[in-house]
Amino acid sequence: MTKTTTPLSESQVKAWLGDVKDPEIPVISIADLGVLYDVTVDNNEVLVTILPTYSGCPAMDTMQEDIVEHLKQQGVDQVRVVVKNTPAWTTDRITKQGRRQLQAYGIAPPLEKSGQPISCPQCGSTNTTCISQFGSTACKALYRCEDCLEPFDYFKCHV
Amino acid sequence: MNKAIEHYLLRLADTALTQSQRIAEWCGHGPFLEEDIALTNVALDLLGHAKLLYEQAAEVSEQDVSADDLAFLRDVDAFKNPILTELPRGDFAFTTLKQYFVDQFNVLLYQALMDSQYQPLSDIATKALKEVRYHLTRSRDWCLRLSLSTDEAKQKMQAALDDLYFYTPELFETDDQLNQLMAESIIPDMSALHNQWQQQVDELLNKCQLKTPTSGWLATGGLRGEHSEHLGYMLADMQFLQRAYPGCEW
Ligand SMILES: [Zn+2]
Repeated sequence: MTKTTTPLSESQVKAWLGDVKDPEIPVISIADLGVLYDVTVDNNEVLVTILPTYSGCPAMDTMQEDIVEHLKQQGVDQVRVVVKNTPAWTTDRITKQGRRQLQAYGIAPPLEKSGQPISCPQCGSTNTTCISQFGSTACKALYRCEDCLEPFDYFKCHV
Repeated sequence: MNKAIEHYLLRLADTALTQSQRIAEWCGHGPFLEEDIALTNVALDLLGHAKLLYEQAAEVSEQDVSADDLAFLRDVDAFKNPILTELPRGDFAFTTLKQYFVDQFNVLLYQALMDSQYQPLSDIATKALKEVRYHLTRSRDWCLRLSLSTDEAKQKMQAALDDLYFYTPELFETDDQLNQLMAESIIPDMSALHNQWQQQVDELLNKCQLKTPTSGWLATGGLRGEHSEHLGYMLADMQFLQRAYPGCEW
């Protein structure tokens, strides 16, 4: 059994974790979603800290398993995932790239300023109506575009 | 002090869990698909709050218990939720108004608990507040929509108010242990909180053109483990799996 001779670096681990996607929105990584909070390496033992989105989010367990599984594939066996509630996750933690990925996937990204209109991810129209405050998951609401008539998910602002 | 904190954490956790369980019962029975999904999403948030609170209660407990033990292996007289949250779900008007009363309570409570001198409680409140604010927007909207629509809907809302109103003061009930926590600024002053709540509720009921009932049976006892007959049935349903298959996991 040969072990890697160079010690693990935190930036290397972070780069690997860039491939771990949100299980419910598989186009955005947990890093771009702002769920990945911290990575520390101590003596080749990796400690990954994540911030849950919603308190009851059922995807958190899958995310933890995915993190362990991903790092195992890179030969890292000693991984501990800690779920932390402080600081509380907010949608401000979603990166610019993450917002673009949501939009391209057909999910309107959370508003950056309140009072702005929510625009349709299909045609860009701001003539949209809220159909239901909850969409397919706790983090989304259901909207409809009054111009192209397509319904779409809006990633709710959570600050 | 830890005993009193554990007692209060369980009060909040049991309230969140029973409320969650009651609205989760709507899964597959909602009036239409979007609302079915909304109700179960609110239930999921509340279950998340219950989990955080039970975990903290297990942490401070002198006994070797887990969050799951606290939720699934305690019997009726150990539960500390107010009777309001264990009442059967009723019709959609009843569920909506009850949810509004609880949401309005949660928002004011978690706002105040952010300043708690007990850091774990302040952290949980910070997390939960973001979610309960959203719940409140939804339940307020629904109260207005139902009350100001057809005569039948208005009648059902008025009937729900008549049935529910005197269960609400129990949300603010205290005992020696809670009074001790209030004195130490670990929890907010409950009578001040009640006043704030009442003001918000009066304002909304006024907008809804509903009449507040003037007399009724005043619920009490949850904090002491004295419950209505409904809680036993709820626990029998909710705890079945852990009782029948101890330690069972998904
Ligand atoms: Zn459109």
